[in-house]
Amino acid sequence: MLIFLLRRFIQACFVMVIISVISFAIQDKLGDPVQQMVGMTVSVEERQQLREQLGLNDSFLTQYWRFTKNALQGDLGTSFYYKKPVLEVIFQKVPATLELAFCAIVLVVLIATPFGVLAAIKPKHAISRIVMIVTSIGLSVPIFIVAILMMYLFSIEWNLAPSFGRGETTQVLGFWESGLFNKDGLNHLLLPSLSLAFALMPIFTRLIRAEMMEVLQSEYIRFAWSKGLSSNRIYFIHALKNTMLPIITIGGIQAGTLVAYTILTETIFQWPGMGFLFMDAVSRVDTPLISAYLIVVGGMFVITNTVVDLIYGLVNPTVRLASHGL
Amino acid sequence: MNLLSVSNLHVNFHIKKHELAALIDVSFTLNRGERIAIVGESGAGKSVLGFSIVNLISKPGYIHSGSIKLENKDISKMNLRQLQEIRGKRIAMIFQDPMMTLNPVLTIGDQLVETIRSHTRIAYKDAKNIAIQKLQHVQISSPETRFNQYPHELSGGMRQRVIIASVLLLNPDIIIADEPTTALDVTIQAEILQLLLSICEDNGVALVLISHDLGVVSKVAERTLVMYAGRIVEEGPTLEIINDPQHPYTQGLLNALPQMALPGQRLNQIQGSMPSLSERPSGCAFHPRCPYATEKCQQEQPSFINSGVSSVACFIVEDMLNEFADEEEAYL
Repeated sequence: MLIFLLRRFIQACFVMVIISVISFAIQDKLGDPVQQMVGMTVSVEERQQLREQLGLNDSFLTQYWRFTKNALQGDLGTSFYYKKPVLEVIFQKVPATLELAFCAIVLVVLIATPFGVLAAIKPKHAISRIVMIVTSIGLSVPIFIVAILMMYLFSIEWNLAPSFGRGETTQVLGFWESGLFNKDGLNHLLLPSLSLAFALMPIFTRLIRAEMMEVLQSEYIRFAWSKGLSSNRIYFIHALKNTMLPIITIGGIQAGTLVAYTILTETIFQWPGMGFLFMDAVSRVDTPLISAYLIVVGGMFVITNTVVDLIYGLVNPTVRLASHGL
Repeated sequence: MNLLSVSNLHVNFHIKKHELAALIDVSFTLNRGERIAIVGESGAGKSVLGFSIVNLISKPGYIHSGSIKLENKDISKMNLRQLQEIRGKRIAMIFQDPMMTLNPVLTIGDQLVETIRSHTRIAYKDAKNIAIQKLQHVQISSPETRFNQYPHELSGGMRQRVIIASVLLLNPDIIIADEPTTALDVTIQAEILQLLLSICEDNGVALVLISHDLGVVSKVAERTLVMYAGRIVEEGPTLEIINDPQHPYTQGLLNALPQMALPGQRLNQIQGSMPSLSERPSGCAFHPRCPYATEKCQQEQPSFINSGVSSVACFIVEDMLNEFADEEEAYL
């Protein structure tokens, strides 16, 4: 187990170095931060001076070296716009995004699993047919259309849930601004998390269905039937556990897609999270904030994938991380 | 009363609006404690017959007509709940490939205990004791350790032993073994076969052994059914079938055994191959491959006739028997 984590840590360091190089390299291709920072009246000389002060005129390597040196001390730079350390700015927004992503994942699991399983067990059932139609529509309609449609229906036409913002939040554990513990926060969470879930729901429903159908054809399921076990035990213990093995792996990779989709969802619903912050940073050419966002998200990627591998090891007995130090 | 009697069983496969017959008019009986074998080439319908006994034919196959009576209850007419009561408890199955038969994500113990607990109300601890006792019975060393292991930690022969143990858990009346030794290597084959045989003898369990290996069959089964293209073509005591095969197909099968060929010679084989379900020849399905086939064989299906100890469905044998009878009459 320790060896596994250590290996993973070294791999993660590699990944982080590469991400930092890439995110840093795109910095000076995004536009002129100074133009965004100062007013129209500032003269060219003053602008030049500011550039010099910020170190924007140094060579790429010098800039990168300076950046890495500071980064290793936990300082990823200062936001041009907020005039605060970027990590501080980002971490303020982390709870909002994580809660959104978490709710979306919970929704995906809660909805995709039963429907996928049903569609596999009873492919001719009316609900299964509807599931197949809805998921194939869901696969082909882009998420922002789904989001805007939901916004129109649920909040404008029927007035069931608010369409923007995060609503009331409560502070948990002293630092975490959470919207999960009061009604208003949950209400605000409803539409964004649902539309984010829609990004992954169709593909997961179909994956679970296809995988389950294959598992149900296997010899060990037939043997389970020949032992006279109940249908529920066969479907939910014998088949579902085997179905979930590849789904977990794919889920780990798709967790990254989810982060990409948070940028879209947060922008549409004005959700004050990291994605929204990132879009703002891009339009303000707040380069330190942009690269810090990429690095933080890269880090989250690595962590989720490690966690997924650990879970996989727990579910699949043929992979024992502890004994083989994989 | 027979323990199991299958009569006029027809099994069809419904594929793209076509009805393909996999079993045609199959009838046989099985007595308590009796061991029978079903032999034939691949595609003869042996496995379909085995699975249809517990009504577990994979879709799109289904029982079209006929009956499968366990004592006096017709299995072919049972609903799922009634079937679940019989499966595992009265009729248990052993599958071909032990590597594929056990669920890879559940422990051996889980897979044994669940069988007991789904049929009887019993505490987990007691079920575990039974399971461990059965593991001992099939000569698995340190059963307590094995109980907590996963299938991938066991060898193929071990797994087949576990499967035999799992089949024994509820003391069934009938064990259906579908090529139980085919996927194992030769030395393990003999051990597993011996184990299966002694278990059936000791507990008075009836056995339906499905095999294409006549060597295996001769060691285990008292009676043998020979199948060809979904029909039983010959039936009789195993010794009789092996020493004095009547049907040309059975003769061909025996001739094809490696020990029947002389050293240095090519092995004898039956010309041609088993027809697929959709291309069943008219008349006796074996006629295109039969060296003695006549015009009558191409047109009519021979019915079963008794040739002394065994029964056979073949016009050639029928004609020969009739000739004998005529000669005998003339002699008298």
